[in-house]
Amino acid sequence: MATKEYSFYPGCSSQEGASSSNYLKSVQSMCDVLDIKLNVIPDWNCCSASIGYCGGGELPRLALSARNIALSEQHNAGQDIVATCAACWLATKETQERLDDDAGLMEETNVALAEAGLKLENKSKIRHMVEVLIEDIGFEEMGKHVTKPLDGIKIAGYVGCQTNRPFGIEGESFENPKYLDKFIETMGAEPVENYDKKVSCCGGALAFSEPEKSQALIKDIIEAAYDGGADMIVTPCPVCQMNVEVYQDKINAKYGTKFNIPVTYYSTLMSVAYGKNGKESGLNGQIIKAKQLEAIASK
Amino acid sequence: MSDLSSKLNTGMVEKYRNNFLKEVEANVEEGDWVKMCMQCGVCSGSCPLGAHWDHPPQELFMMIRAGKRDEVLQSTSMWMCTSCYNCIVRCPRELPITHIMHGLAHYATRLGIEPKGQPTRQFAQLFWDNLAKHGRVNELWLGVNLYFMNGIVEGIKVALGMAGIGLGMLKSGRLSLKELIGGHTVKDKKGFHAMIKKAQELEAARVDGSN
Repeated sequence: MATKEYSFYPGCSSQEGASSSNYLKSVQSMCDVLDIKLNVIPDWNCCSASIGYCGGGELPRLALSARNIALSEQHNAGQDIVATCAACWLATKETQERLDDDAGLMEETNVALAEAGLKLENKSKIRHMVEVLIEDIGFEEMGKHVTKPLDGIKIAGYVGCQTNRPFGIEGESFENPKYLDKFIETMGAEPVENYDKKVSCCGGALAFSEPEKSQALIKDIIEAAYDGGADMIVTPCPVCQMNVEVYQDKINAKYGTKFNIPVTYYSTLMSVAYGKNGKESGLNGQIIKAKQLEAIASK
Repeated sequence: MSDLSSKLNTGMVEKYRNNFLKEVEANVEEGDWVKMCMQCGVCSGSCPLGAHWDHPPQELFMMIRAGKRDEVLQSTSMWMCTSCYNCIVRCPRELPITHIMHGLAHYATRLGIEPKGQPTRQFAQLFWDNLAKHGRVNELWLGVNLYFMNGIVEGIKVALGMAGIGLGMLKSGRLSLKELIGGHTVKDKKGFHAMIKKAQELEAARVDGSN
């Protein structure tokens, strides 16, 4: 298969020393095996996620994503824009849609962009990495590269919110998307069937500002994974990953639970199943160690 | 409240005296959708933090139509939105509810009448200020500012409570002390700042200039 090239928007949390730098690591290893080339959008900026709305009005927020699209159209012409972060993907896609619908906002956006010497065509396709994997690579091809099947690991596929709503993945339902379970199966592991909290909210950014309310949501997400017999949880979203992994001690202290369940990305699974070592798979980025994956990676 | 936002607020009250719905339609992001709500309550029932809203979305929509301006704009309700988009995909009338909630929160802030101590309001502003400074989020400073947003004493307490998590993030390479000085940034900061400034001016001319 020929190399597939994309214009890549890594996002703030993927940067070196940032909260999902381990996600990027495993994505790079996964793409290496699947012959996917990611051309980073030069000088990309933050998308303002879904919490920038207090200080940022509609137009300043749209301008942020518009700048990224414009830079991509200038430097990576003709390539689809791909994001690995749910919020990055969502904000960029929302911007494209809003500006397509509103000629006035599009005009104002271009006036603002002109200050940075840029012009937006707004024609690039905006995609999430899982869309690329499902639509351009396909499950069959993904399965062919498995050299170390993840035998004997039971995994709860936690899709979360923003990879699923409002856009979601073509052909999947909002209430019970199946693709993450298929990723798990394709890598040789066993998905938890009917995982109750598959598309429930972890609190998102409110995990910082409303910790107790959010931790109550997170507790249910983890509990449902244990109820389904899961050894670990896997997700496509950096905020989901962090929220579900890092507050387990706090939740244990408050609720008397004994949670200690690793939470990784789909790309972590793929990287390990494709024979990459622990470091290449970003396993050293786990706060709660994914011991079963470590054992397979070091085989 | 700054003089500017205070003046703006008074101006808007004057202009839309008897019609808060019109004010929302004209000035709030996606506000022209509000009249489409049919009061079914699916949004409120679908919200993960539903129990914590003083007035869930469907109630806010009715209050807007009933002209309850202060009760809506000063409410902590829309600051409870986690941006999960459950309400959007389930709304039978396809209202972009998440965006309307963000829009109401922003408009209240613009008018200077938002609930000041509300934690998500504070965090959302910190997040914007953080990204607007260098073009990219500095997670370390975001955390530090968050913990100390209610003063030094409270901050030390919160920071100590979070020390375990911070240490875990540091050890796993997912938090870097390098971010304390400098840190990640866009290269074309000048162009970036000029773009944001222009966007803010254009928006202000559209919203604030309309009274």
